[in-house]
Amino acid sequence: MRYSNGFLEQLYQTMLRIRYCEESLVNPILDGRIKCPVHLYSGEEAIATGIGAALNKDDYIFGGHRSHGHYLAKGGDMNKLVAEIFTKVEGCSRGRGGSMHVIDPEVGMLGSAPIVGGTISLALGAALASSIRNDSRVTVSFFGDGATGEGVLHESLNFAALKKLPIIFACENNFYSTHLNIREIRVKEDIASLGIAFGIRNYKVDGNDVLKVYNVAKQSVDLCRSGGGPVLIEFVTYRLRGHVGPDDNIQGSHTDIRPKEELEKWLSKDPITRFEEKLNDKSLLPKEKIKEIKHKVELEVKSAIQFAEQSLEPKEGDITKYVFSE
Amino acid sequence: MFSQNRKLTYSLAINEALHQIMSKDKSVFLIGQGVKSPWYVGNTCMDLLEKFGEKRIIDTPVSENAMTGAAIGASLTGMRAIIVHPRMDFMLYAFDPIINQAANWSYMNGGKLSVPVVIWGIINRGGEQAAQHSQALQALLAHIPGLKVVMPSNAFDAKGLFIAAINDPNPVVFIDDRWLYNTEMVVPEDLFEIEIGKAIIRKNGTDVTLVASSYMVVEALKAVEELKEQNIKAELVDLRTIKPLDEDTILNSVRKTGRIVIIDGGWRSFGVSAEIAAVVSEKGFKYLKTSIKRVTLPDIPAPASNSLEQVYYKKASDIVEAAKSILT
Repeated sequence: MRYSNGFLEQLYQTMLRIRYCEESLVNPILDGRIKCPVHLYSGEEAIATGIGAALNKDDYIFGGHRSHGHYLAKGGDMNKLVAEIFTKVEGCSRGRGGSMHVIDPEVGMLGSAPIVGGTISLALGAALASSIRNDSRVTVSFFGDGATGEGVLHESLNFAALKKLPIIFACENNFYSTHLNIREIRVKEDIASLGIAFGIRNYKVDGNDVLKVYNVAKQSVDLCRSGGGPVLIEFVTYRLRGHVGPDDNIQGSHTDIRPKEELEKWLSKDPITRFEEKLNDKSLLPKEKIKEIKHKVELEVKSAIQFAEQSLEPKEGDITKYVFSE
Repeated sequence: MFSQNRKLTYSLAINEALHQIMSKDKSVFLIGQGVKSPWYVGNTCMDLLEKFGEKRIIDTPVSENAMTGAAIGASLTGMRAIIVHPRMDFMLYAFDPIINQAANWSYMNGGKLSVPVVIWGIINRGGEQAAQHSQALQALLAHIPGLKVVMPSNAFDAKGLFIAAINDPNPVVFIDDRWLYNTEMVVPEDLFEIEIGKAIIRKNGTDVTLVASSYMVVEALKAVEELKEQNIKAELVDLRTIKPLDEDTILNSVRKTGRIVIIDGGWRSFGVSAEIAAVVSEKGFKYLKTSIKRVTLPDIPAPASNSLEQVYYKKASDIVEAAKSILT
């Protein structure tokens, strides 16, 4: 497949925006300016980016606890994301949700929630709505390998197949369900083949290769849009940070239990470095351009942190707001 | 012309509500186990499939969790979904989407999206169905911030509250008691709403307030008549909505009577009756002439044996006895 330079630049920039934004949260987490639990997406950027590039603005996505990247890749506003992580009133959820509840309905990001597997059925419903309305939208449900333990995934796969719904089940397999390695939660390491049991087309893809992600996503989106859904895709990836916080299973405790050698192996497969090298090797993006993008993204992230820190706290008197819609 | 006195059974009132709202509003759809089968849902869904087709009347696999989540997810995209659980007991599988997701979605997203879903649960008591086919779980649901809970007691209310629940922009749990399905009354033929959050005085009286909801209103109405024969004037408040609770109507009645018997089809401890007792104690203590009385299920799972069922489910006579115990 051939890609325009503009498109490649876009992919690169989106991955960089996610990475820089995530990494900019590390110090505020460590020095206590950010208090809510934060699950960093560093290392998995290629998945959100490749899928986001294959979707239209009015397609829907749902995320989980580690969804900053999904939000940004779908076109969510960075200032509002960071302000939400700082639980400020100008955050995307007005300081009521924090890092685990990011949403931007205007770009089709319909929400995220940390109950593992909890949004899979919501995504199923969004796809069902599209099927009832015949509106040609596609929904993507993002979840991790841990969610394969939840019954609702299996119920949802079955129903999606039964009704041929336009939904992509995007499993980001980073091999760890909080502290437990996948070998301790499943007999079969492979997740894509779950689709076979339900008669669902399924793929297993290198989730650290943004072009491979984009290709499989584009093909699956087209298929769903033309009535050939659903699709289950397993993206093999690795989180470079801890389960929650920079390097922890308990934010602030420095308790990452993963072997050092394993982490180093995956660092060498960093999706951004890999893509940058590829762009260099094939002279697709001049070094100057890469430098320029990096600078631009650095400024954007810096300004988002500033925006968040300067935003106001929600007012005490507004605590009852939004329980119900009027 | 339609008759002013057209009568409908409770279940057909729901059926009419569904036909009318689905004709009017294309975003409404019904999903759940057994919507094609009278064995599951009585005649509440009669002719819906024929009229609206399989896209909007969706019978499902036995997957309560995912099906409820799907109804909620569809509602996040502008649909108005109704998810039916023909036995409330099975709805317990769906507590994650109902409680974690639907109830919290608006708040935890700063009001960015609301969830206009109706979660329709049917209580199927009696008939020796035992503990897992007969539970009345209104208190569990009413405990949750972000949910509204309605429990109609007759055909008129069933239609009006069903329409109100569908039109509400928030998640509404609509709870039926199947013992009401064959009760009949005059029901307007047009599309109308009954306001959620408002109770109604069914009988006026000055001696004692009875508060009830759903099927227990039927028993309470009989109790009012029996008490009348004994020269006791009972006032009957039909809650219609469990949450938000219409505290004003209850307190105004207690101000008048000074006595209250709280009747609920659920269990005693930590339930609807306990909540109402707390409200009366906190806000209406000065009106009370005597202690509060409750008529509820005992804290026991539903038994199968008919002889035990006779003791388990409360009747008009239990209400009469409770009222008299605080009058003498």
